[in-house]
Amino acid sequence: MATGSAISLDHVSKIYRRFGGNQFATLKSAFLQRSILRDLQPKETFQALDDVSFNVPKGSTFAVIGRNGSGKSTALKLVAGITKPTSGTVNVDGRISALIELGAGFHPEISGRENVFINGIMLGLTKREITQRFDEIVEFAELKDFIDAPVKTYSSGMYMRLGFAVAIHVDPDVLLVDEVLAVGDEGFTHKCLDKFAEFKRRGKTILLVTHSLGLVERFCDDAVWLDHGRKLSEGDPKRVIGAYLIDVESAEEGYLAQTDAKAQEDVASPDSVSTEIETAAPATDEGPQNMFKADEGRWGSGGIAITGVTLRDAAGEAGHVFHTGEPMTIELALKAERASHDFVFGVALFNTEGTCVYGTNTDIEHFEAASLTGDGTVRFVIEALELVEGTYKLDVAVHKKDGAPYDYHRLLYTFRVKSRTKDAGIYRPRHHWEFSPTVQLTRTDE
Amino acid sequence: MWHNLSQLFKYRGLIQTLVVRDLKARYRGSVLGYFWSFVNPLLLLGIYTFVFATIMKNDEIRTQPYGVFMFCGILPWTWFSSSLLESSASLIAGGNLIKKVLFPAEILPIVSVFSNLVHFLLGLPILLGFMIWQQHLPSFPGVLWFPVIVVIQLVFMLACALMLAALTVHFRDLRDLLSNFLTLWFFATPIIYPYFREGVAQYANYFKWNPMYHLIIPYQESLFFPVFGHYRSLLILGGLSVVFFLAAYWLFDRLRDSFAEVV
Repeated sequence: MATGSAISLDHVSKIYRRFGGNQFATLKSAFLQRSILRDLQPKETFQALDDVSFNVPKGSTFAVIGRNGSGKSTALKLVAGITKPTSGTVNVDGRISALIELGAGFHPEISGRENVFINGIMLGLTKREITQRFDEIVEFAELKDFIDAPVKTYSSGMYMRLGFAVAIHVDPDVLLVDEVLAVGDEGFTHKCLDKFAEFKRRGKTILLVTHSLGLVERFCDDAVWLDHGRKLSEGDPKRVIGAYLIDVESAEEGYLAQTDAKAQEDVASPDSVSTEIETAAPATDEGPQNMFKADEGRWGSGGIAITGVTLRDAAGEAGHVFHTGEPMTIELALKAERASHDFVFGVALFNTEGTCVYGTNTDIEHFEAASLTGDGTVRFVIEALELVEGTYKLDVAVHKKDGAPYDYHRLLYTFRVKSRTKDAGIYRPRHHWEFSPTVQLTRTDE
Repeated sequence: MWHNLSQLFKYRGLIQTLVVRDLKARYRGSVLGYFWSFVNPLLLLGIYTFVFATIMKNDEIRTQPYGVFMFCGILPWTWFSSSLLESSASLIAGGNLIKKVLFPAEILPIVSVFSNLVHFLLGLPILLGFMIWQQHLPSFPGVLWFPVIVVIQLVFMLACALMLAALTVHFRDLRDLLSNFLTLWFFATPIIYPYFREGVAQYANYFKWNPMYHLIIPYQESLFFPVFGHYRSLLILGGLSVVFFLAAYWLFDRLRDSFAEVV
């Protein structure tokens, strides 16, 4: 164990056994088939942690981040001593309190008051210590009026708050927190954060497992990133989060690409449209009556086909994940079966609620169609993607000037916009703030 | 193992709290509350007395009054069987604690045994009242053995409880197996018939392998019969129970790490 470490994991691996349906499940089968010994050898295993090492120095606040199933909670359970590592060693110096399952020992039939005592004793306090802290606990949980009511009458929020209040008043040297900050309203969350800050000031160690990256960045001295049970990165939270976010984006990219491919598979080319489309409203050449309410699909008379849609970033790379403020190009590949001189290209963006964020076409913007022959490309260039964070869908179309579609692609393309700013709405004007010299603010993101 | 065993002593406050919680929770919301702890054995006593002293009348002189005789055996048996049933399910029922909190798992079966001990002790005043009413009080030197028998049964049952709890986690059908087995065991133990009854006495060689045989007879001798004679087998059982307890604890300790994953 490194000196000054509150927690140290040394080449820790954890393998869970996966029990199949009929293995070792009943005495009968174990005896009848004489399979006890065989069943004790697990056939399938799941490696939750694979050779993970890290040290949490005393007095530091340390975050474990990673996607679902990355082994974060397993790591926390190992530190808490609830499970043992398959190989490697875990060392913890000092009294631990784990905010993993809040109110795990509460008995629904008895009062909040009695449960506080029982829970406190389970967490290692003595009766005297609990009596001393009782008022503080109740105050913290904001349950003064309900403390003598049986816990089964509590709402889930009250239940969690009481559990949290008891656990945090155990006064541990090492506090383990597993994604439990979502237990109350804003005010309660702030109180929890204040309590963590107080812990920090008093030189206690906090190990935090969370998906709330903002919290990690603001609050933690160090972070470790786990993925599929392996440690991918460790160190300064900003750097680790950056690396993590890139990875999340590429995963999302893969997911969105898949969704897109699937959406386009589901609708055939315009020629065979009438037999294949069910999700799209009437599969006629005219398309649905109200364009803004239609489901995804593809329709049109053919003649001019959109054979491919590609979203490109500033560098011209195709992708599905973009950042607020950066350029994005929507590229349409076209194929005209015969020369045409009546055509309009249109593009529209929708958010997940189905609200049209923006829509335009070449006719509205005063382009007069002259001629189109053979293959072609149309690019709709967005100089700066001024959208708030979220998932967006795309309509692209080529139609006659009177509106009759050649090829209409309805909500078949999905992209995601990422932003460091959690602003809201459907419209994000370019903006900045100005303050007179008497109004002083500092930026926190630089 | 020894370290954990010594920790167990440190947890006595926790055990005590949980036993109290169990008792409080059990009767919370019922009108009679704790009174049920008295009423339950009283009703049981009534039923057995009616069946065995009125319907299936029995004229063996040494076991009169028959109701008192049976009650001396049924009380400890009820403690035994309900503790075992509860403790075998205790780890699964308390899965939340084992999986999510650093919690000494052995506490759970131990609490089952102790909270049923409280019910057993609450049944004793009923027995005493019944004895006074029937004018059949325990004879003097024998009754001093009573606490000794209770302690020996406690050790024996703690061992059973730990072993069953640990195994039931892995073999869930033990629970159903156990409830049937306990019925068999009840009739294989001289509770509703005296051990010296002909037909029992001739199979004494088989009966002596039943540990409850060596507990129930001392109970009856200490509370009902005039002479306390079976102290040797009782003390041997006491010694074996300690060994059994250590073995059961060892088994429990070995399986401990698997609980959080399998429960």
